[in-house]
Amino acid sequence: MASTAVRPVRIIVAKVGLDGHDRGVKVVARALRDAGYEVIYTGLRQTPEMVVDAALQEDAQVIGLSIHSGAHMTLFPAVVAELKRRKATDIVVFGGGIIPDDDIATLKKQGVAEIFTPGTPLQDIVGWLRKRFPDGGG
Amino acid sequence: MTTPYIGWASDEDLSDKSNQKDLIEKFRSGDIRALARMITLVERRDPSIRQLEESLRDAHKPARVTGFTGAPGTGKSTIVDAVVALLRKQDTPVAVLATDPNSPFTGGAILGDRIRMQRHALDPKVFIRSMGARGHLGGLSLASREAIRLLGSFGFAEVILETVGVGQSELEVAAVADTTVVVLTPNLGDSVQMIKAGILEIASIFVVNKADIEGHARAVTELRSMLHLAPKGGWKPPIVATVAVRGEGIDELWEAVLAHRRHLETTGLAEEQAARRLRNETAEVAAELARERTRRALEEDPGLSERLLRDGTPYRTAEEILRTRVDN
Amino acid sequence: MWQEDFESAPARDDGVETSTISGIPLQPLYTKEDLPRREEELPGRFPYTRGIHPSGYRGRLWTMRQFSGFATAEETNRRYKYLLANGQTGLSVAFDMPTLMGQDSDAPTSRGEVGHCGVAIDSLADMETLFSGIPLGEITTSMTINSPAAILLCMYIAVAEKQGVPAAALGGTLQNDILKEFIAQKEFIFPPAPSMRLVVDSIEYCAKEVPKWNTISISGYHIREAGSTAVQELAFTLADGMAYVDACLERGMHIDDFAPRLSFFFDAHIDFFEEIAKFRAARRIWARYMRERYGAQQERSWKLRFHTQTAGVSLTAQQPELNIARTAIEAMAAVLGGTQSLHTNAMDEVLGLPTDKAARIALRTQQMLAYESGAANTIDPLGGSYFVEALTDEVEREAEAYFRRIDEIGGVIPAIEAGFFQKEIADAAFRYQQELEQKRRLMVGVNEFMVDEDVPIDILRIDPRLESQQAERLREVRRKRDQARCTNALNSLRKAAAGTDNLMPYILESVRAYATEGEIMQSLIDVFGIYTEKAVV
Repeated sequence: MASTAVRPVRIIVAKVGLDGHDRGVKVVARALRDAGYEVIYTGLRQTPEMVVDAALQEDAQVIGLSIHSGAHMTLFPAVVAELKRRKATDIVVFGGGIIPDDDIATLKKQGVAEIFTPGTPLQDIVGWLRKRFPDGGG
Repeated sequence: MTTPYIGWASDEDLSDKSNQKDLIEKFRSGDIRALARMITLVERRDPSIRQLEESLRDAHKPARVTGFTGAPGTGKSTIVDAVVALLRKQDTPVAVLATDPNSPFTGGAILGDRIRMQRHALDPKVFIRSMGARGHLGGLSLASREAIRLLGSFGFAEVILETVGVGQSELEVAAVADTTVVVLTPNLGDSVQMIKAGILEIASIFVVNKADIEGHARAVTELRSMLHLAPKGGWKPPIVATVAVRGEGIDELWEAVLAHRRHLETTGLAEEQAARRLRNETAEVAAELARERTRRALEEDPGLSERLLRDGTPYRTAEEILRTRVDN
Repeated sequence: MWQEDFESAPARDDGVETSTISGIPLQPLYTKEDLPRREEELPGRFPYTRGIHPSGYRGRLWTMRQFSGFATAEETNRRYKYLLANGQTGLSVAFDMPTLMGQDSDAPTSRGEVGHCGVAIDSLADMETLFSGIPLGEITTSMTINSPAAILLCMYIAVAEKQGVPAAALGGTLQNDILKEFIAQKEFIFPPAPSMRLVVDSIEYCAKEVPKWNTISISGYHIREAGSTAVQELAFTLADGMAYVDACLERGMHIDDFAPRLSFFFDAHIDFFEEIAKFRAARRIWARYMRERYGAQQERSWKLRFHTQTAGVSLTAQQPELNIARTAIEAMAAVLGGTQSLHTNAMDEVLGLPTDKAARIALRTQQMLAYESGAANTIDPLGGSYFVEALTDEVEREAEAYFRRIDEIGGVIPAIEAGFFQKEIADAAFRYQQELEQKRRLMVGVNEFMVDEDVPIDILRIDPRLESQQAERLREVRRKRDQARCTNALNSLRKAAAGTDNLMPYILESVRAYATEGEIMQSLIDVFGIYTEKAVV
């Protein structure tokens, strides 16, 4: 087996919160797949504990969260806190949803690496990941 | 900045012995992340995995492996979920390896099998790992076998392998699993596919799921007559009816798996199978090693192009590489 | 002929698609040749392509119904009283996510969500507060809720009982459309079969006990917002409608006893003519199926009535004022398509809670359509248009093709379980997104004609104390209630759920005994189980 120079970046893509609006998260998942990433889609209504558990078992380097219920200030920091508790703060967390600028600033301070708001081109998300993982797959 | 857990965030170097030692210690202490990391190395065919496995040899505990395969939409994941629930009721730790195909064009994949097993999320004795079939072409069995050894050593006594679709991958599952369960539905369209793919021959057990829908009895009859045409020495694959969404027939299914295991043991087939697989695995690993060393030898040889052009054929150089690089 | 003239004339070369936003190819010109040959269609006459009323909007304008929700029952109650005092006769309730998902405000997974997207209702006590001082016999109420719909309806009936209003006098609409939850909005709890049973239970119960209630609002809106095409929205929604009809017939109900109470809810998207064609085709298809397949005798059973909301997904966070124009175009399509009621989105909805001004502009847009534009003066003004008639037929044809595919899979529920709808929608959403990225579709202000601006997103801030206060209220309800009666009611409900009785009386008794929404749902989950969807990405 030829060992490949590219290592696949594995990304957990999860919907946190109680709402079921998964159009955006699915479009993003497909775009990441098409960019060559391995996406582990964990579906709807994931608690922070479930998201982090999946990330650890799947050996993911990245967690992408989507939320539309307005509970991002509760749930995003909860994911970061859970990563801390499980000693896995090297895992990069990004998120998407209708999130005000003030909240984005606060979330970034709390350890969320990036937030993408509605209307962000998919290529921007892919571009951000490539920059973050220059020698990663995709 | 955060402190990476082990130096693998983006620029890990696992040829570094201290990292390897760290990883092994964490693995031995029951750290799920170390297990997950080692499975990644296995998947990626990272050379370091050989030393890691070697140093874990004393911890080796065998896992029982049950493979589940069937066309999409047959309810395979739901059955696996129900089997996991049954094993957990008996307090048996269980790991699930779910394989999905990667895109042949980009190498990317969306792996979604965890969704069906959410009720086991947060159960520390259930480990679910999605494996893309990236670059495995023919190597899935090797990667899965190594992953299974790791899972067994870690303490997962039961391992379930799940593959999607009809094609090459489930034949490889049969090459890894002790018992292979083929899932069908009363819609026999999918069983016709199965026969084409030669799956009837690899099944230890058949499940006809969705036993509550019309056409079930006919499906079982047709399947039985097909099996008649393809007899298998000593073991007649039973047909188990399930309604996985309601958990019906799962006890019977697991009974059948246990019966198949007893059959393998009492007939000595288990040992034969294990030996044959180790032999195959040895061949694969040897080939992998040879390939890798050959590649390095070619890279490190400055006069290579000139010599090859002079020879006009590859044979002499190839023999020489094998003699000098692989033999020692 | 015109084709040759067209080919030799200059053509634009900007790479922008000329098909509809859903991908239906369009001719550059439609002529008499394209007009479908059929008997003349007229409003108020089968198959109602041109409208269900013979007098159109000359008889009665559409209802301007704006949907809104607030955090607590008290606050919402105050708002309702204000609206009623200002002449509004219909209320519309938005519930928060925990209520929509059938769980109590003190459930662990409710954290951060209580009161965020609507009002938090945990028990009859909250419902009493919500409608305190509002005479339920004199108003109509629309409740947007699905999985736990039967429970909320029972709470409403129980509040009316306390006011001395008989159930037979109650009017309103319950969304109660579980199929589109499995297909698109994903607020499902039980597996499909028991979910359908609950829907049929409520339809059957209301046909006898609450006859003025619209028991279900079969919704394409959420299917479209999840990224479907116009044809998918239409086909999947009507297929859902027929699945409900089949389920009610299987229960032994007579078609004309429940069909007149079925209502629909569609999206009005930005592709103007496609939307108008969709609404016209919807009425024609439904009438045909109701009369011909189901043998309904009453005209009321043939008529498809629908509410429309302009497309939330078409709004942009960039240059949000443009959303006023978008909403106006969409609302015009709904009106020309003959909607019975309409919600127009506020321009800043995509940024969070609408300001008062934006909400007023949204309503004023409807009033302009009704009174300034002239759109209400002539019935089905686009009837007979070569293009609109041809497109109506095309949309109908494509919907029929979907019906056949759904039949081949074995019906709506098997298609849900196989992930058919979900896959079709995800494919459509992804295709559209790619067209945007490749600029084969333009969204003004998003991928073209951008400006550098800073648009502050401002969302409704919910006082974090609300969550603990609501939890405290809930504890108080649990403390004060007759626990024995409550336990008995829930036990009876569980037993009934395992059998075949209509569950509505059991749910009503549990509600009266102040069992909480979460407790009632849990009793049903004990019997029905929980549904997990297959991953379709």
